[in-house]
Amino acid sequence: MDFEPTIVSFLCNWCSYTGADLAGTSRMKYAHNIRIIRVMCSGRIDPIFVLESFKDGADGVLICGCHPGDCHYHEGNYKCLRRYHLLKKYIAQMGIDPGRLHLEWISASEGKQFAELADSFTETVRGLGPCHVKEIIENFA
Amino acid sequence: MKRITIDPITRLEGHGKIEIFLNDEGDVDNVYFQVPELRGFEKFCEGRPVEELPQIVTKICGVCPGCHHMASGKAVDAVYGVEPPPTAKKLRELFYMAHFVHSHIAHFYALAAPDFVVGPTAAKAERNILGVINKVGVNIGTEVIKQRRIAQEIQALIGGHQTHVVMNIPGGVRKGLTEEQRADIEKKAKGFIDFAKFSLNLFGDVVLENKEYVDLILNGPYSLKLHSMGLVDENNKVNFYDGKVRVVDTEGEEHCKYSPNDYQDFVAERVEPWSYLKFPYLKKIGWKGFVEGQDSGVYQATPLSRLNAADGMATPFAQSEYEKMFGILGGKPVHATLAMHWARLIELLYSAERSLELATDPDIIGKDLRSPLPNIPNEGIGIVEAQRGTLTHHYITDDKGLVLKANLIVGTTNNNAAICMSLKKAAQGLIKKGVEVTDGILNMIEMAFRAYDPCFSCATHSLPGEMPMIVNIREMDGTLIRTVKRK
Amino acid sequence: MTEQKNKPKLKMAVYWGAACGGCCVSVLDVHEKLFDVVANADLVFWPIALDIKYADVEAMEDKFIDITLFNGAVRNSENEHMAKVLRQKSKLLVAYGSCAHMGGIPGLANFSTKEEILKQVYLKNITTENEDATLPNVSYEVEEGTLTLPKFYNDVRTLDQTVVVDYYMPGCPPQTERLLEVFMAIVSGNELPPKGSVIGAYDKGQCDECTRKKTDNKHIKEFKRPFEIEDDGETCFLEQGVICLGPATRGGCGHRCIEGNAPCRGCYGPPPDVSDPGAKMMSAVATMIDANEPEEIERITNQIVDPAGTFYRFSLPGSILRRKVKESLQ
Repeated sequence: MDFEPTIVSFLCNWCSYTGADLAGTSRMKYAHNIRIIRVMCSGRIDPIFVLESFKDGADGVLICGCHPGDCHYHEGNYKCLRRYHLLKKYIAQMGIDPGRLHLEWISASEGKQFAELADSFTETVRGLGPCHVKEIIENFA
Repeated sequence: MKRITIDPITRLEGHGKIEIFLNDEGDVDNVYFQVPELRGFEKFCEGRPVEELPQIVTKICGVCPGCHHMASGKAVDAVYGVEPPPTAKKLRELFYMAHFVHSHIAHFYALAAPDFVVGPTAAKAERNILGVINKVGVNIGTEVIKQRRIAQEIQALIGGHQTHVVMNIPGGVRKGLTEEQRADIEKKAKGFIDFAKFSLNLFGDVVLENKEYVDLILNGPYSLKLHSMGLVDENNKVNFYDGKVRVVDTEGEEHCKYSPNDYQDFVAERVEPWSYLKFPYLKKIGWKGFVEGQDSGVYQATPLSRLNAADGMATPFAQSEYEKMFGILGGKPVHATLAMHWARLIELLYSAERSLELATDPDIIGKDLRSPLPNIPNEGIGIVEAQRGTLTHHYITDDKGLVLKANLIVGTTNNNAAICMSLKKAAQGLIKKGVEVTDGILNMIEMAFRAYDPCFSCATHSLPGEMPMIVNIREMDGTLIRTVKRK
Repeated sequence: MTEQKNKPKLKMAVYWGAACGGCCVSVLDVHEKLFDVVANADLVFWPIALDIKYADVEAMEDKFIDITLFNGAVRNSENEHMAKVLRQKSKLLVAYGSCAHMGGIPGLANFSTKEEILKQVYLKNITTENEDATLPNVSYEVEEGTLTLPKFYNDVRTLDQTVVVDYYMPGCPPQTERLLEVFMAIVSGNELPPKGSVIGAYDKGQCDECTRKKTDNKHIKEFKRPFEIEDDGETCFLEQGVICLGPATRGGCGHRCIEGNAPCRGCYGPPPDVSDPGAKMMSAVATMIDANEPEEIERITNQIVDPAGTFYRFSLPGSILRRKVKESLQ
């Protein structure tokens, strides 16, 4: 059976969620593996959200926010970017392939870009295989 | 085959159990001392920045964290190829002497004293500091607590955190002393010397004046003829902080004397399937089994071993006690296990005198606390004497100073084989056909272990808190009406 | 503190799992207050100090012990067994110290597997001569009989991952003054906070009581390792570019490491309502980085050489991910 990755995606209300919404209203097809969670700003994304996602069984986590300079709250996306860089280093040390975490800027008008991103990231994660964090925690020896 | 299990061993730091196997006649066939714990420091130090190790390795032991901190600090300096400036070295050693004072006081009074002052086969409920105080008065108990507290306070002052000290940084230390602090420590060090002398007098009165105890020390089933290891300075005097490791054989002749960098040529470790703790032995002799004697690779690293391995003590009062002890016990080297308690008190006196020397050294309030670090980090070894044996830390790092490999040979680990043998000998001497195996007998077997100073001491059982007291009630003109006594 | 005259003494136990003894030292560091403590409590089990053996504890009635301070992590089958026994025999079970609370330093073993640890300690270790590749065995036949050892687990657990815990007292070790405050509260019969609470620690972070000078603006352009700065002894470590876990760590320890001029490493655990202390610290650190361009951010974050080992120094088993997984590798 082909592996279908589970991908949790955090999208900010003002840009990237609207962009994803545009993809939807334009009837663009994209990978169904993406489970979207809307936050007001990518700066709201606590590293805990990302880690909980992996712990609960996500195979990949996708973060999207406004392009630099466009953040509705001015600086939120920069904070997100910095957290993302730190998180990548951390999960790599924890044995989770850093390729499972990805950040990209998506504006409100970039519906097509969102759909393409959803597809390409799903394939990337498919290539990495299932993430075993949840299974390992459940089977502590 | 009958089997007696002591689980867990108690009144010491760490986990352990003893399995005693008796044959059908009721004599002891064999004794196994098993250490059931392993945490894996040698593995999880890998990947950590080496400058964090002095603070991580203190968590190997909460009673002697200062020892690991010092060995680690020295190893880290060696990794960076530097020596700390004199003030830093002396601050480290001053901290270290306070650390020895706190630990040796606590061990003697709560661990050793009950078995000697109260009696080795006394009732279980009395074999603790409570029983000691019943005999010698609650004032001493209070003084013990006070001196230990003062030593801990000095540790906190110099080392930061009062238990898991933080003072060491590559190239030196993080904090200096003010003149006011120094003067305070000087005063306290004098108090330590007085208390150490008092403790040795107490040992003399209670133990050495008692023929039964002297007999127990010299002729009880507690002697092991083994090589002795300890750190010595350039004059072959005992030093806890720095120097070379010297090993003397069962006759007292020097077997080897090595610098920290050469330790791998002299010490190796073996594994037994029934214990998580490894068994170090002298490499040049090789492992011949759990046997005594000149040809055995098993060695001891204890306060007594240190005094055996050295030519003397570097401070005057301690030196005079050193000479007295060896005089009474028949010359060097001494193999009577229980004499470790006596040696420990002589070391207490040395630590006290050395703290006074350091507290009055003008360098101690110097401002130069760290040497620069011009070299690429690489590999380093640091050795100190922990209260219970020679302690070696060896780190290999990458060029960014992240640890690739760590090797630790810890104080008590040196003595693992010797402890097994001490326990077996004690059991074979005490449990025989026709002898009822009482709690007192089992305790006397455990005494063979306790002499090695397992990390911890200090009883906490209830203290009755009643001082022996005499109250004289007098008339206004001084005539005695009545005397009230409380025992 | 006077003796509660007509009240029976509290029956107290102190036990250690994978521990170092420091928590036992913290109990002893009551120093002269020892007399007050023993006036109000009887110690019924404490291997470091009393001769009570496991068989004696197993023979106790359920809930015989009023309060047990369990320190040390759960690393092997003996630790697990004693945690369960003491849960059964105790009215209140307190996870005492960082190891029982979050995993502590022994928790760093969760970066490795059991196999890797055993291999390193017994086979690959520099001074170990072991041609037969002997490893310690859970059960081993010697001539005289069978010898047993506890099973070394692959994963370090916290106490509450093993049994139900009533209260947590954080710290490596807990500061003795906090222990005395908790003890007095219990002895006086004060109402205790809800079960599951952290006690003996403040609700605010370290920064609140830290005496170093700090400003509201932290703009870090370079992270430095502690020896790469000339610490002035006064300025906030973070403002000097040195990682200090103060912002994500509860107060209560008296900032003893800072007093020694060393940055906080988080042993007092996270502030209230934080499930993962390391993640919060990463968040705080990221906020302080003074860069917006990816290349510059990358350059600065690369200066944090061991993020997992630094942000989770005491809390790896208690963190969300709990241990390193083996994915793409060796």
